[in-house]
Amino acid sequence: MTYAFPLGHARLTALPSGALHWPDERLLCVSDLHFGKSERLARRGGALLPPYETRATLLRLEADLDATGARAVICLGDSFDDLAAAEGLDETDRLWLLRLMAGRDWVWIEGNHDAGPTDLGGSHLAELHRAGLAFRHVGGGAGPEVSGHYHPKARLAGKAHRAFLLDENRLVLPAYGTFTGGLWCDDPALQALMGPGALAIVTTPTRCLPIPMPRRP
Amino acid sequence: MALPPALVQWFAAQGWQLHPHQQAMLARRAARSTLLIAPTGGGKTLAGFLPSLAELAAGHAGLHTLYISPLKALAANIRRNLRRPVEGAGLPIRIEDRTGDTSQTQRRRQRADPPHILLTTPESLALLLSYEDAPRIFNGLQRVVVDELHALAESKRGDQLMLALARLQTLAPGLRRVGLSATVEDPPALAAYLGAGTEIVLADTGPDPEIAMLDTAIPPPWAGGGGRHAIPEILNQITRHQTTLIFHNTRAQAEIFFHHLWLANTGDLPIGIHHGSLSREQRERVEAAMVSGALRAVVCTGSLDLGIDWGAVDLVIQVGAPKNIKRLVQRIGRANHRYNAPSKALLVPANRFEVVECQAALEAARDHALDGEPRGPGPRDVLCQHILATACAGPFDADALFAEVVTAGPYATLTRADFDDCLTFTATGGYALRAYDRWQRLMPKAGKWTLRDPRAAAVIRQNLGTIVDTETLKVRLGRFGTALGEVEEAFAASLTPGDTFLIGGQIVRYDGLHEMTVEVSRSPGRDPKVAVFSGTKFATSTVLADRILDIFAQGRWPDLPRHTAEWLAHQAEVSQLPQPGRLLVESFPQDGREHLCVYGFAGRNAQQTLGLLVTKRMEAAGLAPLGFVATDYATLIWGLEPVLDADPLLQLQGLRDGLEGWLSGNAVMKRTFRNVAIIAGLIERSHQGRRKSGRQATFSSDILYDTLARHDPEHLLLRLTRDEAMRGLIDFSRLEGMLARIEGRIDTRRLPRVTPLAAPLFLEPGKVPVEGKGREWLAEDAARALLRAAGLD
Repeated sequence: MTYAFPLGHARLTALPSGALHWPDERLLCVSDLHFGKSERLARRGGALLPPYETRATLLRLEADLDATGARAVICLGDSFDDLAAAEGLDETDRLWLLRLMAGRDWVWIEGNHDAGPTDLGGSHLAELHRAGLAFRHVGGGAGPEVSGHYHPKARLAGKAHRAFLLDENRLVLPAYGTFTGGLWCDDPALQALMGPGALAIVTTPTRCLPIPMPRRP
Repeated sequence: MALPPALVQWFAAQGWQLHPHQQAMLARRAARSTLLIAPTGGGKTLAGFLPSLAELAAGHAGLHTLYISPLKALAANIRRNLRRPVEGAGLPIRIEDRTGDTSQTQRRRQRADPPHILLTTPESLALLLSYEDAPRIFNGLQRVVVDELHALAESKRGDQLMLALARLQTLAPGLRRVGLSATVEDPPALAAYLGAGTEIVLADTGPDPEIAMLDTAIPPPWAGGGGRHAIPEILNQITRHQTTLIFHNTRAQAEIFFHHLWLANTGDLPIGIHHGSLSREQRERVEAAMVSGALRAVVCTGSLDLGIDWGAVDLVIQVGAPKNIKRLVQRIGRANHRYNAPSKALLVPANRFEVVECQAALEAARDHALDGEPRGPGPRDVLCQHILATACAGPFDADALFAEVVTAGPYATLTRADFDDCLTFTATGGYALRAYDRWQRLMPKAGKWTLRDPRAAAVIRQNLGTIVDTETLKVRLGRFGTALGEVEEAFAASLTPGDTFLIGGQIVRYDGLHEMTVEVSRSPGRDPKVAVFSGTKFATSTVLADRILDIFAQGRWPDLPRHTAEWLAHQAEVSQLPQPGRLLVESFPQDGREHLCVYGFAGRNAQQTLGLLVTKRMEAAGLAPLGFVATDYATLIWGLEPVLDADPLLQLQGLRDGLEGWLSGNAVMKRTFRNVAIIAGLIERSHQGRRKSGRQATFSSDILYDTLARHDPEHLLLRLTRDEAMRGLIDFSRLEGMLARIEGRIDTRRLPRVTPLAAPLFLEPGKVPVEGKGREWLAEDAARALLRAAGLD
């Protein structure tokens, strides 16, 4: 079950996976993929996490692309845990990603983790404006705007879920990457970003459920 | 070797005489490994130290004796107790303790210039051994004394310690070890745990304790409890004794009980509280007051289970069912901490079911029927940590380390293949996808294993230890005020400003969360929201569970208080009592949900597993289960649809089939995985104050578990998780045993409402949600209700 809503003049759909679908533009937008996170931790002498997060993320991305038939993709920043992680991508994963990119209009927006171009093709942009919407990694600029960065999460019926945040002017996407944590949406940073009457669109395994964005009393 | 004359004189001046087992320990001081089993109060610790004092009086340079205890407080207390005879006899012996509470300066100094006797904990020892200078610190070590070995051997802390002893034995080949233990059911098994060839010294067990159930004017409540009903009688007992220890099974219960005890304490008796959630300063204050005899009673938990010698304790009160006869007997030993005097104890059942369990425990203790489960082989997550810690101390040879590890009792049967699995895991992650060839944690270098990045040592050291706590937050009065203690993060997250809860015996008001500190203010005279930070949970032993069913089967209960006998009769009337050899299942609606109660009497863990397996089958059958809660005697499941025939849900073969597929995806496995992954070094512990304020950086261990289960199901940590869960939290063997015994004799009763026996389950903490259709429907309902409330629907 998806959740459709307007932003500016665009009609958008939130998917339970955490991806944003824009049917009129045949476009899929995902944020904070953090490919190569476990590799980066290992490189720095930390724990050796299961090196499967990139393919787990690709698996979900492929399913969303198949289901929506999107021809354009925007990766909204922090797609790679750092630039070395983009280069250190496992060969199988790299070929898989290139296969998904093939024949699609693919845009990499720069994030704070992956500022700078990679050698993976596609366009590399600081931000993108398309059909009246601004796409940038960190929200708070001129709207209507779609952003990521904060990894918002919210509690519903006693459990934490990744969530989209939506007000009249802004949409914040949840993190799409498999090994990513979240920031509670009553965090001051998100409270300051989102206007009154904001919604949190909570994602469960099969549904998108809108609730009033939790605020601090 | 004889005791030094100065010490003999000092003992004589105190009017002390050595007990036979203390003399026996002195006589056997040359033995490589000795296990002394003596009841509490038998002068065990002194018996362990006498040979050291004798040898040190003759002169020794550097560290001579290492004393390991499971409690920091115990190490500090032993230091005080040991200094008395040493200073009294004017012996030139330096004694110091080293625990997590010891200052950095002090620790650095101890490494440079170790004392003669160092008192420490398994975790602090593991840390010491991880430093490059460990060989220098320990090469002159003569003796190691492990206190409360029976308690350590029940957890991974003991396994870690035995690996550390194996390391020490390599560094100091002449090392002699001594284990001190309270009464246990299988002394040879504990001796083998301490090391091959360990000799056993059994002390005289002393007179039988005097145990009884406390009579109360108000009967215990039907459900829940915590012993509040017994407060007048308990206060009366306190006034009639010198010092009373009042044991509770959980911290939350201890807090609530203490609060009400204090309100009823019109005579202003000095009473303290002691448990693991309280701040160190607070615990120390209570301990000091106890030692000086300033307190008449202490409300406590397992934090006072072990050997601090309180001297004047002449009564132990156990509030709540003891769960395990051996531990009850050991707790009772805390009273009259004097050799050859009977201990005195009172049992206070906290609710009516516990009346029956207390009666069963009383009878078992009188019959000297100790219980205990045999230990499995040493857990390999602990071995992984040990390998990483060894690498921190310097390059190591794999063959030599394997040879050393198998000298540790719990690892005596470890195969080389299993060892190599652990080594591979620590070096490369051990993944089927060989992703970390460039970034290995350990690298072979000149035939030895070495840390690739020396910076990793700091991280590994910070994560040493086998105690995995739930994340806790400090509670403070105001932003910079007194620290009152700690609460679980999940509990803190459930609070909204204005909520009140109990901590340290006072009601506080939650004001807000500021940088990982819960800020509160005093809030006298308001009813507190219940404190839910939890304590340890043990499963009721098989011996005790069988005795409870035997009591049920009597049909008349002249030995039980009237209220409880009537309650059982009431249950027999509206439904029936569980019987040995049969399985009672009750199905009833309550509070708008359907409930199913399965009285398996298989212990908390097995009942938990039953809950997981049955809800899985219910989900498949479209019965929309929402969650369950398990106690030692029953599992209560709630959901949206009624269960009219439980037989198909409880077929052993069906449950067994479900087990394999189910193991991969449930909450207990994820919780077990988190512990295993933290101990094995896959996940870093989050440290107070070291945590980043933005939490995007950390993510749930559940995600790691799901990813591994999907992409690398045969990974070492998943195998370890499965093994551990099957033995511990899942305890499927006990479930199998129970279902095999009943041979399909299942009595399903459909009833109009909750039954007397099922009522207590509604107040049990630790409810496990079932992720399924039912919960998704509820999430939708909740979202709709929130939108409606906000006028958005």
